[in-house]
Amino acid sequence: MAQEDCKGIWVFAEQQDGKLNDTVFEILARALDLKNHSGEEITAVLLGKGVTALAPALFEYGAEAVIVAENDALAQYSARPYEKALTQLVQKHRPSILLYGATSLGRDLAPRVMVSLRTGLTADAVDLGFDEDGVFCQTTPAYGGSVLARIAILEKRPQMVTVRPKMFDPVEPRSGASGRMIAETVDIAADGDYEVLETMARQDHGGSIEDADILVSGGRGIKSEEDLKRLDELAALLGGRLAASRPLVDSGWLPHDRQIGQSGTTVKPKYIFNVAISGSVQYQVGMQKAGCIISVNHTKGAPIFDISHYGAVADYRALIPALIEEIRRRKA
Amino acid sequence: MKILVFVKQVPDTDDVALDPKTGRLVREGVESKLNPVDANAVEAAVQLKEKHGGTVGVVSMGPPQAEDVLKKALALGCDESYLLSDRPLGGADTLATAYTLSLAARRIGGYDLLLFGRNAVDGDTAQTGPATAAFLGIPQVTLASSIDVEDGWVICERRLEDRTQKVRARMPALVTVTAEMNKPRYPKPVDIVKALKKPRHAWTAQDLGADPSRIGMNGSPTSTRGLMEPRKRKADTKYFQGQPREIAAQIADLLHDERLI
Ligand SMILES: Cc1cc2nc3c(=O)[nH]c(=O)nc-3n(C[C@H](O)[C@H](O)[C@H](O)COP(=O)(O)OP(=O)(O)OC[C@H]3O[C@@H](n4cnc5c(N)ncnc54)[C@H](O)[C@@H]3O)c2cc1C
Ligand SMILES: Cc1cc2nc3c(=O)[nH]c(=O)nc-3n(C[C@H](O)[C@H](O)[C@H](O)COP(=O)(O)OP(=O)(O)OC[C@H]3O[C@@H](n4cnc5c(N)ncnc54)[C@H](O)[C@@H]3O)c2cc1C
Repeated sequence: MAQEDCKGIWVFAEQQDGKLNDTVFEILARALDLKNHSGEEITAVLLGKGVTALAPALFEYGAEAVIVAENDALAQYSARPYEKALTQLVQKHRPSILLYGATSLGRDLAPRVMVSLRTGLTADAVDLGFDEDGVFCQTTPAYGGSVLARIAILEKRPQMVTVRPKMFDPVEPRSGASGRMIAETVDIAADGDYEVLETMARQDHGGSIEDADILVSGGRGIKSEEDLKRLDELAALLGGRLAASRPLVDSGWLPHDRQIGQSGTTVKPKYIFNVAISGSVQYQVGMQKAGCIISVNHTKGAPIFDISHYGAVADYRALIPALIEEIRRRKA
Repeated sequence: MKILVFVKQVPDTDDVALDPKTGRLVREGVESKLNPVDANAVEAAVQLKEKHGGTVGVVSMGPPQAEDVLKKALALGCDESYLLSDRPLGGADTLATAYTLSLAARRIGGYDLLLFGRNAVDGDTAQTGPATAAFLGIPQVTLASSIDVEDGWVICERRLEDRTQKVRARMPALVTVTAEMNKPRYPKPVDIVKALKKPRHAWTAQDLGADPSRIGMNGSPTSTRGLMEPRKRKADTKYFQGQPREIAAQIADLLHDERLI
């Protein structure tokens, strides 16, 4: 679509099993900032079956309008019906900006919509906003996070972006807020060529590092699996979870879903203990938003200290057992 | 069964440097390699061929030296390679890249399965696979950690944030694979020699019948406005002092103040 008469900021309101994804609220908060600059209306787009009940939450977190398209073919996510439905809605309403969470679902869907609309899509943005010239720009990490690129979509509309989870804080919900409800019908059929055979909750669910308040994270400096167990013990004592930098995952000591960083998970715990981690950019991008960063490293100049609130220059093999003992003593 | 694997050549470095004057990437002296997870895609294709029969073609778009990664894929067991290389293809974003790759798939034709890596370590958008599926109008399975085929369907496991899924897609379909899927083999010297005799094709934009307005820079709605080093949040770090036992006590004090213990 050309720029003319494209208006409005859209947020794709990802939901599964009738539950909105947390990124929706984070992106709505950012959309409110964008609105301060451009004055454009914020619309949340809700696709699914029996999902109209989710609209009030979208209003409370900042949406002024909610477009709902209910359809049997949208009951469970699959790429092609969602691609078609969203494309039809965009073609009808012509928004200027369309934001998605950079979740596994968002990143499955958005590139297909990019193709059907022949527009641009910035991947996995960690920031977005208008620059000095009023151009809508996105910041996205490349080369494993060692470089940030500033991307803009100058001519095509809508300007589409997937936004990395946990980059923005949701606003305080305004309870009882409401807005424009727009019910749409979409002309789509279920995808007979794609089928979800089985869905299992992740065994470690409720145990994922993504939603832990406290993380104890170990790096390449950890000498043995025995030492890693001590970190796990510390995590358990604090009611937190064990995470790691990439080398420990590569060595097979921990599964990939424990890896923090660019090619792992982005986390935003209240507290994180980094133990024997040097703090490469690829690791830092995954945890720099933690509330309180405490790092243990026997090398004074380790870059991890540059982003830490507290530093302990020490050998973890002496410090961690002493800390466990001290905590046990105080808890007793 | 006919499988096509798509592979990208990427810089062989963990940390890229920016030229402080121009803000551009320093490319001198940086070697290139096969994008790591693309080796898993190649391995998956070769294993499927070994199990079910058929052929594996490998495709890359890039400058002439991308031939290196194609040779590597041939040594790993692919049967034929296709290099899409031409000046006007340069500077492509994912829309233009996927358009070009889909033209190549169409021209090769008769495919059952297209395999991609989940993401490349340089541009790292993870968009090229799904976008190519969209151009071809075929179903896709992203983030696959296992793969098999049965009765015209490809069956995969996907590991998502809070769930794992087993899904199937009717072929022809496109799958993006993750590193968990397998351990890529090492080519034996004899495989490297054999690879030299395998058919290799080189195609230009014209060979592909590409619309010039839809490839390379012309066909790319996104543009890079600048590159930056990540801002180092130089925190005002407070260091604990003393021997490990003393430090442990100070940390415990902190944890206590924060009501964690
Ligand atoms: C495209 C790409 C993506 C990547 N993605 C990720 C990612 O998602 N996550 C990630 O973590 N990495 C990632 N990496 C790898 C990253 O570049 C680093 O190699 C990695 O983060 C280093 O991990 P580390 O800090 O644990 O190890 P090292 O850098 O080896 O640091 C080990 C540290 O332990 C300290 N140490 C050693 N012994 C002791 C001791 N006894 N007591 C105390 N301290 C000790 C050392 O002083 C050192 O600082 C990626 C790389 C690339 C190229
Ligand atoms: C700093 C930087 C930021 C960028 N940001 C964006 C952006 O936000 N949006 C955008 O549209 N483009 C962006 N690009 C452009 C994008 O990198 C290119 O379009 C590129 O062709 C696709 O690469 P990728 O690394 O994104 O691939 P990915 O989509 O991450 O790669 C996934 C898989 O696709 C296959 N593949 C990828 N490229 C090729 C190829 N040339 N030949 C064969 N197979 C291939 C491989 O199997 C690979 O494993 C960016 C480029 C740079 C340098």
